[in-house]
Amino acid sequence: MKTLIIEASNDNLYTVNEFIDSFLENEGCSLKAQTQIDLCVEEIFVNIANYAYGEGKGNAEISVENNDGKVTITFTDSGIAYNPLEKSDPDTTLSADERQIGGLGIFLVKKNMDSVSYEYKDNKNIFSMTKQIK
Amino acid sequence: MQITKNLENERLTLAVSGRIDTSTAPELESVINNNAQNVKELVIDLKDMDYISSAGLRVLLKTQKLMNTQGSLLIKNVQSDVMEIFEMTGFVDILTIE
Repeated sequence: MKTLIIEASNDNLYTVNEFIDSFLENEGCSLKAQTQIDLCVEEIFVNIANYAYGEGKGNAEISVENNDGKVTITFTDSGIAYNPLEKSDPDTTLSADERQIGGLGIFLVKKNMDSVSYEYKDNKNIFSMTKQIK
Repeated sequence: MQITKNLENERLTLAVSGRIDTSTAPELESVINNNAQNVKELVIDLKDMDYISSAGLRVLLKTQKLMNTQGSLLIKNVQSDVMEIFEMTGFVDILTIE
């Protein structure tokens, strides 16, 4: 397992993506799965950066591990308790004028990963997502 | 991300290459806002764009809503990975894709 602890800021997005990419490349992940995982990493990390600490600053811890080709990435932060999985999915059948701006990030994560989970424990948000990489 | 602009009369073509993500989407949004005022036909060419996140989808949806009020928006040359995202999110039904 590899872990990165970094300030939850949008400026650090590429650092986080590179951390995950270098792990996935070592594990022989397909390029397609890597692109899908990159997307999910962005959506979750940016959510933490934008909302977890309100106007303040704080860290996110990102861990990644591979168990027999199943990669699990876990995001932990000490910010405001927030379960992104409680958000209802956007209605993808509405017209452009009816569609709300936003709300697609967590939906994309659910669609692109095989499984996702959330728990709030010891004053921390812990979000995990898993995907078969080959 | 790189954006190449081509304005001919009331038709504006934006060729966007690279990634439309949290870091780059605001730039795309401001290029559209600053250039689309008198445009009747907006074409966004995504031939060399290989990654889009929800931040980019947000800009495309806003642009579609804008162009619905003043003309049309056409999205061209979408790569297969990006098309999958458009399919997943129902954007294939919202956008006009050629």
